[in-house]
Amino acid sequence: MPEEMPTDSVGVVTPGTLHFDRPLALAGGGLLPEFDLTYETYGRLNPDRSNAVLVCHALSGNHHAAGYHSPEDRRPGWWDTMIGPGKPLDTERFHVVCCNNLGGCSGSTGPASINPDTGSRYGPDFPIVTVRDWVASQARLSDALGIEQWAAVMGGSLGGMQVLQWAIDFPVRIRHAIVIAAASKLTAQNIAFNEVARQAIRSDPDFHGGRYYDFDTEPTRGLRLARMLGHITYLSDDIMRERFGRDLREGRINFDMEGVEFEVESYLRYQADSFVGGFDANTYLLMTKVLDYFDPAAGAGGDLAKALSPAQADFLVVSFSSDWRFAPPRSREIVKALHDNDINVSYAEIEAHHGHDAFLLRIPRYVELLRAYMERVEAGL
Amino acid sequence: MTSPVEPIRPDYAIIVEWIAPESRVLDLGCGDGYLMSYLRRVKRVAGYGLEIDADHIPQCIRAGINVIQMDLDKGLAEFDDNSFDYVVLSLTLQAIRYPDRLLGEMLRVGRQGIVTFPNFGHWQSRAQLLRGRMPVTRTLPNRWFDTPNIHLCTLRDFEALCTDLGIHVLERHAVDHAHKTSMGLRLFPNLLGEIALYRFRRR
Repeated sequence: MPEEMPTDSVGVVTPGTLHFDRPLALAGGGLLPEFDLTYETYGRLNPDRSNAVLVCHALSGNHHAAGYHSPEDRRPGWWDTMIGPGKPLDTERFHVVCCNNLGGCSGSTGPASINPDTGSRYGPDFPIVTVRDWVASQARLSDALGIEQWAAVMGGSLGGMQVLQWAIDFPVRIRHAIVIAAASKLTAQNIAFNEVARQAIRSDPDFHGGRYYDFDTEPTRGLRLARMLGHITYLSDDIMRERFGRDLREGRINFDMEGVEFEVESYLRYQADSFVGGFDANTYLLMTKVLDYFDPAAGAGGDLAKALSPAQADFLVVSFSSDWRFAPPRSREIVKALHDNDINVSYAEIEAHHGHDAFLLRIPRYVELLRAYMERVEAGL
Repeated sequence: MTSPVEPIRPDYAIIVEWIAPESRVLDLGCGDGYLMSYLRRVKRVAGYGLEIDADHIPQCIRAGINVIQMDLDKGLAEFDDNSFDYVVLSLTLQAIRYPDRLLGEMLRVGRQGIVTFPNFGHWQSRAQLLRGRMPVTRTLPNRWFDTPNIHLCTLRDFEALCTDLGIHVLERHAVDHAHKTSMGLRLFPNLLGEIALYRFRRR
């Protein structure tokens, strides 16, 4: 936390956890006999329970979307740029909910949780979940929180995929769908990156077939590599040139095979270091699989418009010009499928050179767009 | 909130008059979304506005319309044949890279097209050209080197292109800057009209 709490921060927040003891049948054929979901909320739910907004997190995110966990906390939640008093997701007007998804490692049931059938950690036995399962579990959370209909469901990247699934699976429970830097399915190139990340983890000698908990170790080398690879693909060539260029840490080349010479190497190592220790490798494997499998059109003969035909929400779709992992044409496919169904949809391609990471950043045009759209959401309350 | 009966620019008023209630409209180059918003309120139309300028997108969102940010020069390929009752191109034709192709696209996607453009045949433009200078007028305020208007035409030019493209003009209007449709304008639209308005369909 900064020395003084900024006035547009939701402040210090405490997560909650709800236990669900009704089994959840999974799209992949598995079954979760019971599960926990850890979540945070910001802003008050209004008396008619109409102002709730569900925020869905991406690959490495969690329920901590805004504010600080303690006064000593150095970094706010992952979408603090958007959520808070006076911010586009104005917590003076909206009741914002964000939960850690199933398979996660921040409190919700995941591979590191105890399997009630065996009494030991799930590890590789944790069933493969899908975006559809996440949405089904989030709907259970909505029921538990007494939220019949969301004013909006929104998210970036993998979060945007959940928004699409919400609109398809629960059309009357969502009034607005905000899909940011997403795609209706991954490209082969994207799946390829995910596979390299998985191989990095699985080939780490400390992986032990996913049962590393029993060996009191973690495949940190593999997870570090996976995270470094991810970070390269979340940035654009331009932003890496601008931020690091060929800058050298010591101002000269040392002809050193081991050390950190270029600034960009230092950045990647820092990102990797700050990721491991807080993130479970089995969760990373699972999350990349969730991404790879997502393809709502597959069940409709490859016809995305047909897959989206149940949707009733109004949509805002947003892409970023330099995002090459979830490129603007992928968003345009979603937009086309929506207007083919005569669904209300607006689309903006934000000019930004930050790559895929842009959806997390305070880019004035992007902030202004979300602010304008949330005003429309509020007008419909 | 604007009332549904607020006064409206005369060129817009003609477009609004041309559009049947509860029809489906695609507005190409919708700007701040005002026309679409007015059509939604007054004629209960459905549809989308297309706009390339990022500054206009939040304005359109606030106007309550569906806006899709895209470049008209890249065509309307993502829209299916006959998916709209009207495709409107208001004061944008002159800034389009391939106006002939876009007119064809308008009539592929829509049953009728509505186009308005600044008339380059207006007497003020002609007078300035006679003096040897590129015209700078109220409807064409930019100078030759900083204008987005790369394909200026006169009413006659436009009608000749319609003939070439097999476009059947259903209605034509011309308005002057006072936005009156006087007797003179009806007799000499290509000389006195500052803005030309056409409604057309496939032949």
